[in-house]
Amino acid sequence: MEKKKIYINSMFLLLILGMLTGNLYAQDSTAVSASTVGEAALITLSESLQNNLNIVWTCIAAFLVFFMQAGFAMVESGFTRAKNTVNIIMKNLMDFSIGSIAFFFLGFGLMFGTTNGFFGTDHFLMAGADVAGKDWDWTFLIFQTVFAATAATIVSGAMAERTKFTAYLLYSLIVSALIYPIFGSWAWGSLFSGSGWLENLGFVDFAGSTVVHSVGGWIALSGAILLGPRIGKYDMEGNAKAIPGHNITIAALGVFILWFGWFGFNPGSTTVGDGDIGRIAVTTNLAAAAGALLAMVTSWLMFKKPDGSMALNGALAGLVAITAGCANVSPIGSLIIGASAGMLVVISVTVIDSVFKIDDPVGAVSVHGVCGAFGTLMVGLLDVSNGLFYGGGMKLLGIQAIGVATGFIWAFGLGLILFVILKKTIGIRVTEEEELRGLDIGEHGMEGYSGFQIFTTQ
Amino acid sequence: MKLVIAYIRPESLPAVKQALFEREIFKISVTNALGCGQQKGYHETYRGADIEVTLLKKVRLEIAVNEDFVQPTIEGIIEGAKTGKIGDGKIFVQNLEECIRIRTGEKGNLAIG
Repeated sequence: MEKKKIYINSMFLLLILGMLTGNLYAQDSTAVSASTVGEAALITLSESLQNNLNIVWTCIAAFLVFFMQAGFAMVESGFTRAKNTVNIIMKNLMDFSIGSIAFFFLGFGLMFGTTNGFFGTDHFLMAGADVAGKDWDWTFLIFQTVFAATAATIVSGAMAERTKFTAYLLYSLIVSALIYPIFGSWAWGSLFSGSGWLENLGFVDFAGSTVVHSVGGWIALSGAILLGPRIGKYDMEGNAKAIPGHNITIAALGVFILWFGWFGFNPGSTTVGDGDIGRIAVTTNLAAAAGALLAMVTSWLMFKKPDGSMALNGALAGLVAITAGCANVSPIGSLIIGASAGMLVVISVTVIDSVFKIDDPVGAVSVHGVCGAFGTLMVGLLDVSNGLFYGGGMKLLGIQAIGVATGFIWAFGLGLILFVILKKTIGIRVTEEEELRGLDIGEHGMEGYSGFQIFTTQ
Repeated sequence: MKLVIAYIRPESLPAVKQALFEREIFKISVTNALGCGQQKGYHETYRGADIEVTLLKKVRLEIAVNEDFVQPTIEGIIEGAKTGKIGDGKIFVQNLEECIRIRTGEKGNLAIG
């Protein structure tokens, strides 16, 4: 496949060169030997072109994934109340900033260094990368950094409107430096110098439904449980009450930005500039579209009206679910995954809210945790080479289930331990008085909407 | 007929509404208000510079009631809004000259009830 491509590329270049040097060749009797030498040079040229193309595409994809931080910031602030806007924005800014530095110092090495069987042990601070050169390592680092930060930022939404800012800063550090990279090394270590037991089993998680999204979602679940619900979320009898977000326009902008960023997240994970970009963009887009559509239909049936916030969550659910299998399923397969995730997210949000009584203001646990796990499992059914529906038997489904279960135990377990320690030491929840007045004033001493009249009665 | 006007902490509103509902007082108007009493305000900072916030965010309740509901209304507001700290707010009770329900043209006690 690869050779054929290079061959075609070099033929094309030969053609151009031939046209440019046509006159010379006609007059020169040594044309034959010159063309053999020329072909070798052209193969080198085409390889270097392909290499640079890979770097440029991977960097563009990394920048698109970085832009998803803006998407998360907008979704989370839009779905929460005006009095907590500065706090949400600060959490999104700081988990990326702390995460980038922590991942550079520690996380990258743990995830992609030479493994000791459990985690990577070298390449900390990018030791070994060519500082002056145009090394692939730098491209790979920035690409993986933005992925790590995506996992970290998922949590802020589920813990919104009541979490102590200092506790969140410490959490960001631990997730990006330890929790995410170690699990990541099991599934993705071999993309660089490492190796992981999950990938050696044959676990398929192409762009991170489990590695990134479920891990983030399950940590978010542990945080939301330990924090407890926001004041006013449940009445005396324990019935769930709606606490509407303050700006659906901003939330919608955030979802569109995330959708856009996902064209870097999934197609970029090939890290190769070739036709796979388009193919994976198609599966990604179809799943998102089906997710939005089916979430709308499901909410219409359940709540009698097509709920805007649920449809927005549905698009994200489709995107999260297709992330694992985007390179390995057919377009029809991606439609099935996206549509099922769209239905699942509405049911999951309702069940977590009303049955488990866990307060997740933006639906992060449902979108990222539940749909991430679901999408990873679906690869076991719909993978075109090994999936159950394509005659591959139960093997891949079993491996996917092991990966999903490991992700849950690792992220939820460590999340619980981390937040319990934080709770016992510095505390994870603000005072009741501060929560009622809003975290903007209490934590940051400023307002998100100074000069606006806002009802802060809820 | 009396008009009860109260300025309370915004965050007390759900509790006040609950306390009033328990006393079967359902008709209420709420508006955003800025004001200050003994509490004097608090500090905000913006890009390192101080802002002295002297007018605090409050909500203003207006409840028109017949005589026998005046006391329950006051009790309800106090039950919901009292924290014991400075800034709980104030209640004013005024005589009400007339009340007309626009839809039916009813007047006085009938229009209020």
